[in-house]
Amino acid sequence: MSTATVNPDFATAISNYDPVLGFEVHVELSTNSKMFCGCPTDFGAAPNTHVCPTCVGLPGSLPVVNEAAVEATIKIGLALNCDIAEWCRFARKNYFYPDMPKDYQISQYDEPLCSNGYLDVDVVDEAGEHRTVRVEIERVHMEEDTGKLLHTGGDTGRIHGADYSLVDYNRAGVPLIEIVTKTIEGTGALAPEVGKAYVTQLRELVRSLNVSDVRMEQGSLRCDANVSLMPKGASEWGTRTETKNVNSLRSVERAIRSEIIRQAEVLDAGGTITQETRHFHETTGDTTPGREKSDAEDYRYFPEPDLIPIAADPQWVEQLRAALPEAPSLRLGRLQKEWGLSDFDMLAVVSSGAVDVVVATVDAGADQAAARKWWLGELTRIANSEGVELEALAITPTQVARVVALVEDGSLNDKLARKVIEGVLAGEGEPDDVVAARGLAVVSDDGPLIAAIDEAIAANPDVVEKIAGGKPQAAGVIVGSVMKATRGQADAGRVRELLFEKLGVDA
Amino acid sequence: MSATTGAMHLTRRSATELATAIAAGEVTAREVTDEHLARIDAVDGSIHAFLHVDYEGARAQADAVDAKRAAGGPLGPLAGVPVALKDVFTQKGVPTTAGSRILEGWRPPYDSTVVSRLRDADCVILGKTNMDEFAMGSSTEHSGYGPTHNPWDTDRIPGGSGGGSAAAVAAFEAPLAIGTDTGGSIRQPASVTGTVGVKPTYGGVSRFGLIALASSLDQAGPCARSVMDAALLHQALAGHDPKDSTSLDLEVPDVVAAAKRADVRGMRIGLVSQLSGNGYQPGVRQRFDEAVEILTNLGAEPVEVSCPNFEYALAAYYLILPSEASSNLARFDGMRFGIRVGDDGDANVEEVMSATRAAGFGDEVKRRIMLGTYALSSGYYDAYYGQAQKVRTLIARDFDAAFSEVDVLLSPTAPTTAFKLGEKLDDPLAMYLNDVATIPVNLAGNAAMSLPIGLAPEDGLPVGLQIMAPSMADDRLYNVGAALETALRDKWGHLLIEEAPAL
Repeated sequence: MSTATVNPDFATAISNYDPVLGFEVHVELSTNSKMFCGCPTDFGAAPNTHVCPTCVGLPGSLPVVNEAAVEATIKIGLALNCDIAEWCRFARKNYFYPDMPKDYQISQYDEPLCSNGYLDVDVVDEAGEHRTVRVEIERVHMEEDTGKLLHTGGDTGRIHGADYSLVDYNRAGVPLIEIVTKTIEGTGALAPEVGKAYVTQLRELVRSLNVSDVRMEQGSLRCDANVSLMPKGASEWGTRTETKNVNSLRSVERAIRSEIIRQAEVLDAGGTITQETRHFHETTGDTTPGREKSDAEDYRYFPEPDLIPIAADPQWVEQLRAALPEAPSLRLGRLQKEWGLSDFDMLAVVSSGAVDVVVATVDAGADQAAARKWWLGELTRIANSEGVELEALAITPTQVARVVALVEDGSLNDKLARKVIEGVLAGEGEPDDVVAARGLAVVSDDGPLIAAIDEAIAANPDVVEKIAGGKPQAAGVIVGSVMKATRGQADAGRVRELLFEKLGVDA
Repeated sequence: MSATTGAMHLTRRSATELATAIAAGEVTAREVTDEHLARIDAVDGSIHAFLHVDYEGARAQADAVDAKRAAGGPLGPLAGVPVALKDVFTQKGVPTTAGSRILEGWRPPYDSTVVSRLRDADCVILGKTNMDEFAMGSSTEHSGYGPTHNPWDTDRIPGGSGGGSAAAVAAFEAPLAIGTDTGGSIRQPASVTGTVGVKPTYGGVSRFGLIALASSLDQAGPCARSVMDAALLHQALAGHDPKDSTSLDLEVPDVVAAAKRADVRGMRIGLVSQLSGNGYQPGVRQRFDEAVEILTNLGAEPVEVSCPNFEYALAAYYLILPSEASSNLARFDGMRFGIRVGDDGDANVEEVMSATRAAGFGDEVKRRIMLGTYALSSGYYDAYYGQAQKVRTLIARDFDAAFSEVDVLLSPTAPTTAFKLGEKLDDPLAMYLNDVATIPVNLAGNAAMSLPIGLAPEDGLPVGLQIMAPSMADDRLYNVGAALETALRDKWGHLLIEEAPAL
């Protein structure tokens, strides 16, 4: 949930211009094999080990379509309310680049597999009112990913100025789907939030279909945000920029906001916007120009002659439609009702990307309020500082549920629970292992406490006298010494009770 | 023939005879291979059919066949028979250039499906044959490694692009060879070298491992000295391959049975009016008419057939082919395989790609890449590539209409006999016209064969007849071809190739 304080530059920009958005989201499918060959798709293997003649484009090699990728794309299309083409083809997108083994990419052009859909996304406006914005989907199409370039030398990590570049073709040919929106107008000051909500809810949707990891930090979900401004009251769109390298949900919002401000400043100064690709920088929160992108760029698309057309059997498509899981929007409504949350509280869960982990924690026996508290609080803080998604943290919902249970039965207090979480994240084992190894349990057995109290009484006869003499506030000294003796694991309230009981005074 | 037949005799035997003799133990596969390697050593200096002779690999394959036979293992129908492979197919560890300098030194890490099928059939692959660079040409003069010479007259072209494969078979360097046919590259060389060449139905033989010229047109097929030999090789190559999405998952027509049948009685044979007349050499027309007469005498019924859209075939072909080729050849950029030019530490990646392509590609390749790049450009696509695809549909309809009337269509394979080396090198359009009769079949995707029907009286050079059949009716080619071949052999007392001058 964005609660950014209103940036005065942003407020000025929005008062003068209407932002127009558009998104191209690439999702890497988690099929076992690549789009057009049998190579594995696992992330993180040694460079150029998941390759074969086809995915490095050796002369004579041929592609064959991965049926699982077609099925996953159809599922995404159906979940986005798209029409599924009864007949469509792949096309070649021709351009020379060393990360493209064939110097063309097999993609889809004017015959996408899915088209004309929508996704309704929820945001809260300035007045705290819940609003639903319909984002129309132009198309969902299949393509192959490129290899990965590593530029060595030079200052920018980009190809220009590098001493040399290395290419890893493990990623080349990994199934990629591109989800393209129509232009999104009329969002006004909510544009950054709408952008973030769209990507967040799209991610939830794709995740619910179990067809991709949708990990932004690993690049299995990549978002290009198109932004343009038109003066208030104008009817013609302005020149757009395409911002890449937007690697987290938070960055979607920040990138749009910063680009709106930048464009407004250029236009206010009488300048013009250059149609170009821009790169978002996580650290500074702004964008810098990349490659100029003119409409004249000619990819010489033509139907891929190495592949036969795809004609998805309508009956099969209907079977896939019938087997779709509960739509995330319906699911969210159901969860909100079950948990009894306000719109605001529910959106906080959604926009933190915490829905699945909270549900899993509740399923593992935790109370929803406690589950939300830990995931949206301590764990979100840690995830943000590490720059990863919640799921990427080295703690499972089951482990969080166990921590919650330990707090509820009094074995841990919040402070100790944080240490347990820290231990689990550090790889010290299950929560109970961490409690045992670090000796973190709240001391609840009265025996050791009474012994410690007796020692403290014996050591502080003057204090005992004061308490007995009607100064219960002096008890702090005894309690403090017991807490010290038990290394902070005693329940201070219980120590006080036991002390007064022993001395026969009323607290 | 006897088991004691001498060396010359082994190379002059048919594939069918060699397979039988090896299976019967009359001769070893190793002896057959050695004799062919010796023949290559003796004559290829004047023919230049081969770009690479795989002495060691061939002998090892032959020895393996002999060992298999000794162990009583089941042998394929072509076990131990040597085959020459057009250098456009990948063969693991064996240099593969597609006739281009840009791939000099490249040894593929994998076998094409054609090579796998040859191995499965226990064939012995002798080496890689010369071709026009990336199969672009009709004379083999566009090879990056020098031209191949026609065994009938070494001052003449052997046809192209598969001139090396046709010449190897015609010069008795190999009983069989593999070619590829995108617009006539198996059939036209067969025609001008007095051999048999077949372009199977598109999708009949896998393209996996075939370095693509134009993906929607390329098709691999057999080159041989007789129809039956071609049928045996065709059968060994054909069939569905899951590695090629455009490969047909259909039962392969029984081409060997059809070659044995050789019976045209009651068949209707169509004579395409658009593929005759002006532009065809008189001797070619004369031999063609005689062949039709022979078939008529054998019981076939000739019918005049019109295919009006064939007129546009050449134009459509020279838009579709360069378009696909411009994209298929993009990968030859010096980054991953083949030569790399200009990588001096200062040049950037685009400069190196550009320098590599400038140095590695020949003129004809550059010409077609430019044509194709232009035809696919935004704003021109509909007028060129799009329009050409429509013509393609019209040509396929012409074939459909014709085949509703007749069983096969006939035409001369090429308008002329073999021309002189250099004669058309500076005139691309004249060169392109060689394929005017063969191109329609590639555009429509159906099957065709060229077989020798005699020598043109005016120059004494071989003339080829083209038989065209509907898709997946490849067997008709062999039935009609074998009937005609038998009649001609009865007339001459031998195959036409026996009349080729000694080298």
